[in-house]
Amino acid sequence: MAAPSVVVIGAGQAGSDTAAALRSQGFGGRITLVGAEGVLPYQRPPLSKQFLAGTRSSTDLALRPASFHTAQDIEFVGQDPAVRLDRAGARVLLASGRSLGYQHLVLALGARPRRLTVPGAGLDGVLTLRTLTDAGRLRDGMRDAGHLLVIGGGFVGLEVAATARAAGLEVTVVEAGARLLARSVSGAMSAHLLAEHRAHGVRVLLSREVTALRGDGAGHVREAELDGGERIAADLVVVGIGALPEVGPAADAGLAVDDGILVDAFLRTSDPAVHAVGDCARFPGPHTGRPVRLESVQNAADQARCVAATLCGNPRPYAALPWFWTEQYGLRLQIAGLGDGHDRVLTVGDPSTGRFSLLCYRGRQLLATESVNQPADHMITRRLMGAGGPLPAPEEAARPGFGFKAFQQAASV
Amino acid sequence: MAKITYRHPNGTETVVDVPVPNTVMRGAKINNIDGIEAQCGGSAQCGTCHVYIDEANALPLPEMHESEDDVLYGTAAPRRANSRLSCQLPVSEEIDGLVVHLPETQS
Repeated sequence: MAAPSVVVIGAGQAGSDTAAALRSQGFGGRITLVGAEGVLPYQRPPLSKQFLAGTRSSTDLALRPASFHTAQDIEFVGQDPAVRLDRAGARVLLASGRSLGYQHLVLALGARPRRLTVPGAGLDGVLTLRTLTDAGRLRDGMRDAGHLLVIGGGFVGLEVAATARAAGLEVTVVEAGARLLARSVSGAMSAHLLAEHRAHGVRVLLSREVTALRGDGAGHVREAELDGGERIAADLVVVGIGALPEVGPAADAGLAVDDGILVDAFLRTSDPAVHAVGDCARFPGPHTGRPVRLESVQNAADQARCVAATLCGNPRPYAALPWFWTEQYGLRLQIAGLGDGHDRVLTVGDPSTGRFSLLCYRGRQLLATESVNQPADHMITRRLMGAGGPLPAPEEAARPGFGFKAFQQAASV
Repeated sequence: MAKITYRHPNGTETVVDVPVPNTVMRGAKINNIDGIEAQCGGSAQCGTCHVYIDEANALPLPEMHESEDDVLYGTAAPRRANSRLSCQLPVSEEIDGLVVHLPETQS
């Protein structure tokens, strides 16, 4: 009888971590890791920061060294995306024509940037940022550009804006919503980040939209037109208006999808031989009571370990606490939990010092802590939420002098 | 090159030669040692590369910075006097023979 085999499709954080975790948790069968890009699996967070700033090279970004796959007996197949999933035959067909049989399939397909659909969106110099190739193009483009236009005030857009501003470019951010990072942080944190960007000389336009991009005779972008007719110079444009989960092969094969590949608490799709992890998976959120899809390193890494445990015969439902981070101008924002649906925000510390946390409550329940240069607040929240409490009640957090370190110490006595 | 020993909670040991430059965290990642996660990639902000330095250690380790100290306040496994973030421990000939204990959990 052949050894059991797992095929992992997608070699980003989730896919690479799944292959590694299978081995480190004792899986003895065949592991094949299939990626669409022609490079070793790498870290994406630095693409918009250190890589773009030139302080880290692409070789520094590899999650694991080249020797890793050989040493761990993992077959790594690069630059050969999966094109079709034959569930009846338990095989995956790759773009090269190669066909891989599997006993278990893990889909770690990731997400792709949402495209801009205005006239001129196809001009040279209009870029998105997802892959190392994208980041290389953007870095090259920044060398010759004078005015960067960032469309979208989300994590990617704001990180690129901060890096470009530090590199001396003129930067404009146009956000269609009424505030920055509206889907990810509280209104008070949006306001803090807005002030930070403006203080660094970024022009931020809220509730505004780009209606057209125009180029020069050579087809390179030169200016943008906004709703209301205003024109702004832009010789480089980054589109950061969200990402769409990659579900193509899964949907074509009849798996249940709905803005992501639908999985159960064990990350299993509607086919028991197929699991999905990372940006492409929509799972029952243990902390939200509704299905969620998360785009973060934490979610990719924790789901990878969870699915590996299942395939090694130690299934446990996925219950990791979500957390996120971003860095802009030396401002390090760390978010523990999901603040969605909060109705009250309490401030711990003094925002004018640049070190503080915002606590997002729904009624008496702490949903999330948003910490700026306060890693202890972030870590203690994560630890207490992960342990099921106790968490500070709102009246306690509102008391002058409240601090997480003292709270934790008192709680552990 | 420095020999680093990673002791698992069940008492088993993984002993590896880690090339310089690297960190004790990276030494575990390169060798796929279960028990070190390092989700933030080694920037002292996630607390998932927590280790306990062996009680008998006499090798010179760098002083702890404030950010490392802050992160250690919230590690998933209890913080002890010998807790460190392994991403903040550069590997050098000077720490050849270091023994670190992996905690029960990182997240």
